[in-house]
Amino acid sequence: MAKVIFTPNLERYLDCPPQNVDAESVAEALAQAFEGNQRLAGYILDDQHRLRKNIAVFVDGIMIRDRLGLSDPVQPASEVHVLQALSGG
Amino acid sequence: MTLKLQVGTRKGLFIYERNAAGQWTASDPEFLGDPVTMLLHDHRNGYQYVALNLGHFGVKMHRRSGGSSHWEEIEPPRFPVQDSPSVSAESTEAGESVKDAPSVEQIWELVTGGSDEPGVLWAGTIPGGLFKSADNGSSWQLIEPLWQRPEREFWFGGGYDHPGIHSISVHPDNSRHLSLAISCGGVWQSLDGGGTWELVGKGLRAAYMPPEQAFEQRSQDPHRMVRCPSAPDHLWIQHHNGIFRSIDGGLNWNEIKDVFPSVFGFAVAVHPLNPDIAWFVPGVKDETRVPVDGRLVVTRTRDGGKTFETLCNGLPQEKAYDLTYRHALDVDSDGKVLAFGSTTGNLWVSEDQGDHWQCLSHHLPPINVVRFSR
Repeated sequence: MAKVIFTPNLERYLDCPPQNVDAESVAEALAQAFEGNQRLAGYILDDQHRLRKNIAVFVDGIMIRDRLGLSDPVQPASEVHVLQALSGG
Repeated sequence: MTLKLQVGTRKGLFIYERNAAGQWTASDPEFLGDPVTMLLHDHRNGYQYVALNLGHFGVKMHRRSGGSSHWEEIEPPRFPVQDSPSVSAESTEAGESVKDAPSVEQIWELVTGGSDEPGVLWAGTIPGGLFKSADNGSSWQLIEPLWQRPEREFWFGGGYDHPGIHSISVHPDNSRHLSLAISCGGVWQSLDGGGTWELVGKGLRAAYMPPEQAFEQRSQDPHRMVRCPSAPDHLWIQHHNGIFRSIDGGLNWNEIKDVFPSVFGFAVAVHPLNPDIAWFVPGVKDETRVPVDGRLVVTRTRDGGKTFETLCNGLPQEKAYDLTYRHALDVDSDGKVLAFGSTTGNLWVSEDQGDHWQCLSHHLPPINVVRFSR
C-alpha cells in the first residue's frame, strides 16, 4: 500500500499520523487519508478542493503537476509527502 | 462587569482586562504564532469567535463559550464547490473555471445578527463574499444574491489581490436591514435580510479613478464604515481619499474636507450614544501610510464633522511610523474608553474619549483588530 505522510508542522493543529492507502492517484490517496479526519482536508485543500497554494505534494520525491485535479499517479509502494512550501526565508 | 480588550495580531490573540483599580493586565497569548484577522464577542450569548489565516493551511475559525478557556475549531465560511476538476482540468475551458473559482482567503469581518436572531452571525471575506450562519458559526451559507450581482465584475482589490467585505452593519431596529462596505466595491444595502441588494452611496468620491468615474458608486473604496447604534441612520466612512458622513442610512454621503493633519486613514469609530462624535487615526496618504511628520495623533469631531480636534496627549510626537488598520480602533459601549493598535505593535487606550492615552504595550506583534467586550 502507498503511504501518505504529512508535514509535522500540522501536528500543532490536529492529529495527522501517516496513513496507508490503496490508491492509484494523489486524489484517491488524499481522499482515503482524510476519511475520518475531514478537518484535515481543509488544511490541505481549499474551498474548491484544489491543493492550497502554499502546500506541496511529492510522490516518490517528485513534486506533483496537477494541483487542481490531483491526478498524478501513485504506485502501490509510493510515499506521498504533503509538505509546506517554504515561505519567509 | 469587567472591561476586556481583545487584541488580534499577526502572531496571536492577546486579552487585556481592566481591574477594579483601573489597571490593565494582559493574559498569556492564545493562538501564539497564528495570524488573527478578526474577533467577535457575541453579547447575546457570551460566545467568542476568532478567525485565523494560517497562510499555508488556510482560513480557520474557533469558538468558545463565555467563561470557558477551551477553543473549539468550527467550520469557516467556504465558497460552494464549482465544477469538479478533471484529469486535464488546467488545459480545458472547464478547468479554467475551476482554477479561477473562489476560495476564502481571509475573514475580514464578523458581526452578530440582531437581538431577535439568536445564533445568527454574518461574515465578510476576501474575496468579497458575504456569509450567514444561523447556528453560532457551526455552518455558513454564501449569500448568493450579492455574489451574483453583475456589478461584482467591477469590484477590485485594494491592498489585496481580490476585493473584500470588511464592514457589515445590522440595523439595530430591523435585523433584515443590512449595510456593508467593500474595498473596492462601494456601499451596499439589503432591506430583506440579504435576499436582494442595492448599491448605494451617492456622494462618495474616488480620487484614484478617472475623473468622469470619480462618483461611480461601485468603484468606491470605503476603508471602514461604522454606524451609530443609537442613531442608526448616522454612519461614518473612512474612505481611501477622505472622510464621509451619512445621515440617511448610507444612501447619501457628505465629504468632509480639510481635516488636519490628513483625511487619509483606515479606521473610524463612532460614539455609540452620540452620532456627532467620531474618531480617526490619520496618516500620510496612500503612498507612504505613516503618521504625518512622524507625529501619531487621533482626530476627533464632536459636531458631526464641522470641526476636528487633534489628540496627541500620550502618543509619540516624533519619529513615529505606526499605521492603524481599519479594525484596529474601537470604542467601548459607554463611549468613553477607546483603544487602538498599530502595525508597529503598539497598543494604546484612552479612558476619556481620547484626551489622554496610555500605552499598554510597545512590543506586540503587528495589530490587526482590537475589540472591547464586557
